[in-house]
Amino acid sequence: MKILKILPLGIFFIIIFFLFKGLNLHPDIIPSPLINKPAPLFALPTLDNPKKIVTNHDFLHHITLLNVWASWCTTCADEHEFLIKLAKNTDIILYGFNYKDDLTNAKKWLAEYGNPYQIIVVDQQGLSAIDWGVYGTPETFLIDQQGIVRYKVIGSLTQEKWDRELWPLIKKIQKERT
Amino acid sequence: MSTIKKLIILFFMLFLSLKSFATDIYPFNNPNDTNRFKSLTTELRCLVCQNQNLSESNAPLASDLRQQIYLQIKQGQSDQAIIAYLKARFGNFILYRPPLSLSTIVLWLGPFILLITMISFLIYYIRNTIKD
Repeated sequence: MKILKILPLGIFFIIIFFLFKGLNLHPDIIPSPLINKPAPLFALPTLDNPKKIVTNHDFLHHITLLNVWASWCTTCADEHEFLIKLAKNTDIILYGFNYKDDLTNAKKWLAEYGNPYQIIVVDQQGLSAIDWGVYGTPETFLIDQQGIVRYKVIGSLTQEKWDRELWPLIKKIQKERT
Repeated sequence: MSTIKKLIILFFMLFLSLKSFATDIYPFNNPNDTNRFKSLTTELRCLVCQNQNLSESNAPLASDLRQQIYLQIKQGQSDQAIIAYLKARFGNFILYRPPLSLSTIVLWLGPFILLITMISFLIYYIRNTIKD
Protein backbone atom coordinates (compact mmCIF):
# COMPACT_ATOMS: atom_id res chain seq x y z
CA MET A 1 0.00 0.00 0.00
CA LYS A 2 2.98 2.27 0.53
CA ILE A 3 3.69 2.28 -3.17
CA LEU A 4 0.18 3.55 -3.91
CA LYS A 5 0.81 6.59 -1.76
CA ILE A 6 3.93 7.71 -3.57
CA LEU A 7 2.58 6.77 -6.99
CA PRO A 8 0.77 10.08 -7.69
CA LEU A 9 3.90 12.00 -6.79
CA GLY A 10 5.93 9.77 -9.10
CA ILE A 11 3.50 10.32 -11.98
CA PHE A 12 3.58 14.04 -11.24
CA PHE A 13 7.36 14.12 -11.60
CA ILE A 14 7.26 12.08 -14.81
CA ILE A 15 4.74 14.53 -16.29
CA ILE A 16 6.85 17.50 -15.13
CA PHE A 17 9.91 15.90 -16.76
CA PHE A 18 8.17 15.56 -20.13
CA LEU A 19 6.60 19.03 -19.96
CA PHE A 20 10.00 20.50 -19.16
CA LYS A 21 11.54 18.65 -22.08
CA GLY A 22 8.74 19.97 -24.28
CA LEU A 23 9.91 23.53 -23.61
CA ASN A 24 13.09 22.87 -25.56
CA LEU A 25 11.53 21.06 -28.51
CA HIS A 26 11.43 22.72 -31.91
CA PRO A 27 8.64 21.08 -33.88
CA ASP A 28 9.26 23.53 -36.72
CA ILE A 29 12.69 22.00 -37.34
CA ILE A 30 12.10 18.76 -39.20
CA PRO A 31 15.18 16.57 -39.65
CA SER A 32 15.98 16.05 -43.31
CA PRO A 33 15.98 12.45 -44.61
CA LEU A 34 18.62 13.56 -47.14
CA ILE A 35 21.44 13.70 -44.58
CA ASN A 36 24.31 11.37 -45.57
CA LYS A 37 22.63 10.66 -48.90
CA PRO A 38 23.68 11.93 -52.33
CA ALA A 39 22.30 15.34 -53.22
CA PRO A 40 19.11 15.01 -55.29
CA LEU A 41 19.63 15.14 -59.04
CA PHE A 42 18.85 18.50 -60.52
CA ALA A 43 19.55 20.66 -63.55
CA LEU A 44 18.68 24.30 -63.10
CA PRO A 45 19.50 27.51 -64.95
CA THR A 46 21.48 30.27 -63.27
CA LEU A 47 20.09 33.67 -62.42
CA ASP A 48 22.61 35.53 -64.57
CA ASN A 49 22.32 33.32 -67.60
CA PRO A 50 19.14 31.26 -68.18
CA LYS A 51 21.02 29.23 -70.82
CA LYS A 52 23.70 28.04 -68.40
CA ILE A 53 22.62 24.87 -66.60
CA VAL A 54 24.08 23.86 -63.24
CA THR A 55 23.85 20.21 -62.15
CA ASN A 56 25.08 17.95 -59.32
CA HIS A 57 28.46 17.75 -61.08
CA ASP A 58 29.17 21.30 -59.97
CA PHE A 59 29.06 20.06 -56.37
CA LEU A 60 31.93 17.61 -56.77
CA HIS A 61 35.51 18.10 -55.55
CA HIS A 62 34.78 20.87 -53.07
CA ILE A 63 32.68 21.51 -49.99
CA THR A 64 29.60 23.51 -50.93
CA LEU A 65 27.05 25.46 -48.99
CA LEU A 66 23.73 25.68 -50.79
CA ASN A 67 21.51 28.44 -49.44
CA VAL A 68 17.82 28.45 -50.36
CA TRP A 69 16.49 31.99 -50.49
CA ALA A 70 13.93 34.28 -52.10
CA SER A 71 13.44 38.01 -52.25
CA TRP A 72 9.95 37.62 -50.72
CA CYS A 73 11.39 35.85 -47.67
CA THR A 74 11.92 38.27 -44.79
CA THR A 75 14.08 35.92 -42.71
CA CYS A 76 16.43 35.65 -45.70
CA ALA A 77 17.04 39.40 -45.46
CA ASP A 78 17.98 38.97 -41.78
CA GLU A 79 20.30 36.13 -42.66
CA HIS A 80 21.90 37.93 -45.57
CA GLU A 81 24.30 40.05 -43.54
CA PHE A 82 25.92 36.93 -42.13
CA LEU A 83 26.22 35.33 -45.59
CA ILE A 84 28.00 38.43 -46.89
CA LYS A 85 30.38 38.24 -43.96
CA LEU A 86 30.92 34.54 -44.56
CA ALA A 87 31.73 35.07 -48.24
CA LYS A 88 34.22 37.79 -47.33
CA ASN A 89 36.02 35.97 -44.52
CA THR A 90 36.10 32.34 -45.65
CA ASP A 91 36.84 30.53 -48.89
CA ILE A 92 33.79 28.26 -48.55
CA ILE A 93 31.93 27.92 -51.82
CA LEU A 94 28.47 29.36 -51.37
CA TYR A 95 25.78 28.65 -53.94
CA GLY A 96 22.39 30.30 -53.92
CA PHE A 97 19.13 28.47 -54.66
CA ASN A 98 16.53 31.02 -55.65
CA TYR A 99 13.16 29.56 -54.67
CA LYS A 100 9.84 30.47 -56.34
CA ASP A 101 10.86 34.03 -56.90
CA ASP A 102 10.27 36.81 -59.36
CA LEU A 103 13.60 37.14 -61.17
CA THR A 104 13.46 40.93 -61.46
CA ASN A 105 12.85 41.18 -57.71
CA ALA A 106 15.63 38.69 -57.02
CA LYS A 107 18.14 40.71 -59.03
CA LYS A 108 16.99 43.95 -57.44
CA TRP A 109 17.33 42.36 -54.01
CA LEU A 110 20.91 41.27 -54.69
CA ALA A 111 21.85 44.69 -56.07
CA GLU A 112 20.53 46.26 -52.89
CA TYR A 113 21.86 43.88 -50.24
CA GLY A 114 24.94 42.50 -52.00
CA ASN A 115 25.61 39.11 -53.56
CA PRO A 116 27.50 36.55 -51.45
CA TYR A 117 26.85 33.68 -53.90
CA GLN A 118 29.30 32.36 -56.46
CA ILE A 119 26.53 30.79 -58.50
CA ILE A 120 22.78 31.18 -58.12
CA VAL A 121 20.46 28.55 -59.53
CA VAL A 122 16.84 29.39 -60.15
CA ASP A 123 13.86 27.18 -59.35
CA GLN A 124 10.82 29.24 -60.23
CA GLN A 125 8.30 26.40 -60.10
CA GLY A 126 9.67 24.95 -56.88
CA LEU A 127 9.78 21.44 -58.40
CA SER A 128 13.46 20.80 -57.75
CA ALA A 129 12.96 22.23 -54.26
CA ILE A 130 10.52 19.36 -53.56
CA ASP A 131 13.35 16.92 -54.30
CA TRP A 132 15.50 18.81 -51.81
CA GLY A 133 12.71 18.67 -49.22
CA VAL A 134 12.58 22.44 -48.95
CA TYR A 135 9.63 23.46 -46.80
CA GLY A 136 10.61 26.92 -45.62
CA THR A 137 13.18 29.50 -46.55
CA PRO A 138 15.92 30.10 -45.65
CA GLU A 139 17.49 26.65 -45.57
CA THR A 140 21.17 25.83 -45.97
CA PHE A 141 22.62 22.50 -47.08
CA LEU A 142 26.21 21.43 -46.52
CA ILE A 143 27.43 19.15 -49.32
CA ASP A 144 30.80 17.40 -49.22
CA GLN A 145 33.35 16.76 -52.01
CA GLN A 146 31.59 13.54 -53.03
CA GLY A 147 28.28 15.33 -53.45
CA ILE A 148 26.79 13.88 -50.26
CA VAL A 149 24.46 16.07 -48.20
CA ARG A 150 26.01 16.24 -44.73
CA TYR A 151 23.94 18.79 -42.88
CA LYS A 152 20.93 21.04 -43.17
CA VAL A 153 20.32 24.27 -41.32
CA ILE A 154 16.65 25.20 -41.19
CA GLY A 155 15.95 28.88 -40.72
CA SER A 156 18.40 31.72 -40.56
CA LEU A 157 22.09 30.78 -40.64
CA THR A 158 23.69 32.72 -37.81
CA GLN A 159 27.21 33.10 -36.45
CA GLU A 160 26.17 30.96 -33.48
CA LYS A 161 24.93 28.09 -35.69
CA TRP A 162 28.03 28.43 -37.85
CA ASP A 163 30.39 28.19 -34.89
CA ARG A 164 28.51 25.41 -33.14
CA GLU A 165 27.24 23.22 -35.98
CA LEU A 166 28.69 23.93 -39.39
CA TRP A 167 32.32 24.90 -38.88
CA PRO A 168 33.24 21.85 -36.72
CA LEU A 169 31.61 19.59 -39.32
CA ILE A 170 33.41 21.32 -42.21
CA LYS A 171 36.73 20.83 -40.42
CA LYS A 172 35.86 17.17 -39.91
CA ILE A 173 34.97 16.70 -43.60
CA GLN A 174 38.24 18.36 -44.64
CA LYS A 175 40.14 15.92 -42.44
CA GLU A 176 38.33 12.92 -43.96
CA ARG A 177 39.88 13.82 -47.28
CA THR A 178 43.49 14.00 -46.15
CA MET B 1 -34.38 37.34 -35.65
CA SER B 2 -34.23 40.46 -37.76
CA THR B 3 -34.00 40.37 -41.53
CA ILE B 4 -30.53 41.91 -41.48
CA LYS B 5 -29.26 39.15 -39.22
CA LYS B 6 -30.76 36.54 -41.51
CA LEU B 7 -29.16 38.18 -44.50
CA ILE B 8 -25.78 38.21 -42.78
CA ILE B 9 -26.08 34.50 -42.01
CA LEU B 10 -27.14 33.79 -45.59
CA PHE B 11 -24.15 35.75 -46.87
CA PHE B 12 -21.73 33.70 -44.77
CA MET B 13 -23.37 30.42 -45.76
CA LEU B 14 -22.99 31.22 -49.44
CA PHE B 15 -19.49 32.57 -48.96
CA LEU B 16 -18.20 29.58 -46.98
CA SER B 17 -19.74 27.04 -49.34
CA LEU B 18 -17.21 28.14 -51.97
CA LYS B 19 -14.75 25.87 -50.20
CA SER B 20 -16.54 22.81 -51.54
CA PHE B 21 -15.52 23.73 -55.09
CA ALA B 22 -11.85 23.56 -54.17
CA THR B 23 -11.34 19.95 -55.26
CA ASP B 24 -12.51 20.66 -58.80
CA ILE B 25 -9.06 22.06 -59.62
CA TYR B 26 -7.91 18.43 -59.70
CA PRO B 27 -10.18 16.66 -62.16
CA PHE B 28 -9.89 12.86 -62.41
CA ASN B 29 -11.39 10.49 -64.95
CA ASN B 30 -12.72 8.05 -62.40
CA PRO B 31 -14.18 8.39 -58.89
CA ASN B 32 -11.64 5.90 -57.50
CA ASP B 33 -8.77 8.27 -58.26
CA THR B 34 -10.73 11.19 -56.84
CA ASN B 35 -11.14 9.26 -53.59
CA ARG B 36 -7.48 8.28 -53.54
CA PHE B 37 -6.50 11.91 -54.01
CA LYS B 38 -8.81 12.96 -51.19
CA SER B 39 -7.59 10.32 -48.76
CA LEU B 40 -3.90 10.92 -49.57
CA THR B 41 -4.12 14.68 -49.10
CA THR B 42 -5.94 14.26 -45.79
CA GLU B 43 -3.46 11.61 -44.53
CA LEU B 44 -0.42 13.76 -45.26
CA ARG B 45 0.72 16.66 -43.17
CA CYS B 46 1.60 20.11 -44.44
CA LEU B 47 5.12 20.89 -43.27
CA VAL B 48 4.66 24.64 -43.27
CA CYS B 49 1.55 24.80 -41.10
CA GLN B 50 1.99 21.61 -39.21
CA ASN B 51 -1.47 21.23 -37.76
CA GLN B 52 -3.09 21.16 -41.16
CA ASN B 53 -3.13 18.38 -43.71
CA LEU B 54 -2.24 18.87 -47.36
CA SER B 55 -5.83 19.22 -48.51
CA GLU B 56 -6.69 21.98 -46.01
CA SER B 57 -3.54 24.04 -46.16
CA ASN B 58 -3.25 27.22 -48.19
CA ALA B 59 0.55 27.24 -48.01
CA PRO B 60 2.26 27.40 -51.42
CA LEU B 61 4.23 24.23 -50.63
CA ALA B 62 1.01 22.34 -49.85
CA SER B 63 -0.38 23.38 -53.21
CA ASP B 64 2.84 22.22 -54.96
CA LEU B 65 2.62 18.87 -53.20
CA ARG B 66 -1.07 18.50 -54.05
CA GLN B 67 -0.13 19.10 -57.67
CA GLN B 68 2.61 16.42 -57.43
CA ILE B 69 0.20 13.92 -55.89
CA TYR B 70 -2.37 14.75 -58.58
CA LEU B 71 0.15 14.20 -61.38
CA GLN B 72 1.44 10.97 -59.89
CA ILE B 73 -2.06 9.54 -59.49
CA LYS B 74 -2.72 10.50 -63.11
CA GLN B 75 0.48 8.69 -64.10
CA GLY B 76 -0.86 5.56 -62.41
CA GLN B 77 1.42 5.53 -59.37
CA SER B 78 0.25 3.51 -56.37
CA ASP B 79 -0.50 5.09 -53.00
CA GLN B 80 2.58 3.43 -51.51
CA ALA B 81 4.81 4.81 -54.26
CA ILE B 82 3.49 8.34 -53.73
CA ILE B 83 3.94 8.12 -49.96
CA ALA B 84 7.47 6.71 -50.43
CA TYR B 85 8.26 9.57 -52.80
CA LEU B 86 7.23 12.17 -50.23
CA LYS B 87 8.85 10.31 -47.31
CA ALA B 88 12.22 10.24 -49.12
CA ARG B 89 12.08 14.02 -49.40
CA PHE B 90 10.40 15.24 -46.24
CA GLY B 91 10.82 12.32 -43.84
CA ASN B 92 8.31 10.55 -41.61
CA PHE B 93 7.08 13.92 -40.47
CA ILE B 94 4.81 14.17 -43.49
CA LEU B 95 2.82 11.18 -42.21
CA TYR B 96 0.12 11.74 -39.65
CA ARG B 97 0.46 8.08 -38.70
CA PRO B 98 4.16 7.44 -38.06
CA PRO B 99 5.40 3.90 -38.78
CA LEU B 100 6.23 1.56 -35.91
CA SER B 101 9.98 1.87 -35.32
CA LEU B 102 12.40 2.01 -32.42
CA SER B 103 11.93 5.76 -32.03
CA THR B 104 8.13 5.61 -32.16
CA ILE B 105 7.58 2.44 -30.12
CA VAL B 106 6.79 4.43 -26.94
CA LEU B 107 4.26 6.45 -28.90
CA TRP B 108 2.49 3.35 -30.18
CA LEU B 109 2.70 1.06 -27.15
CA GLY B 110 2.86 3.66 -24.35
CA PRO B 111 -0.90 4.18 -23.98
CA PHE B 112 -1.56 0.42 -23.82
CA ILE B 113 1.18 -0.14 -21.25
CA LEU B 114 -0.22 2.74 -19.20
CA LEU B 115 -3.74 1.29 -19.46
CA ILE B 116 -2.63 -2.19 -18.36
CA THR B 117 -0.62 -0.72 -15.46
CA MET B 118 -3.58 1.35 -14.31
CA ILE B 119 -6.00 -1.60 -14.51
CA SER B 120 -3.64 -3.85 -12.52
CA PHE B 121 -3.24 -1.15 -9.86
CA LEU B 122 -7.00 -0.77 -9.74
CA ILE B 123 -7.51 -4.53 -9.30
CA TYR B 124 -4.80 -4.61 -6.65
CA TYR B 125 -6.38 -1.68 -4.82
CA ILE B 126 -9.92 -3.07 -4.92
CA ARG B 127 -8.79 -6.50 -3.70
CA ASN B 128 -6.96 -4.92 -0.78
CA THR B 129 -9.90 -2.75 0.26
CA ILE B 130 -12.22 -5.79 0.15
CA LYS B 131 -9.83 -7.73 2.43
CA ASP B 132 -9.66 -4.81 4.87
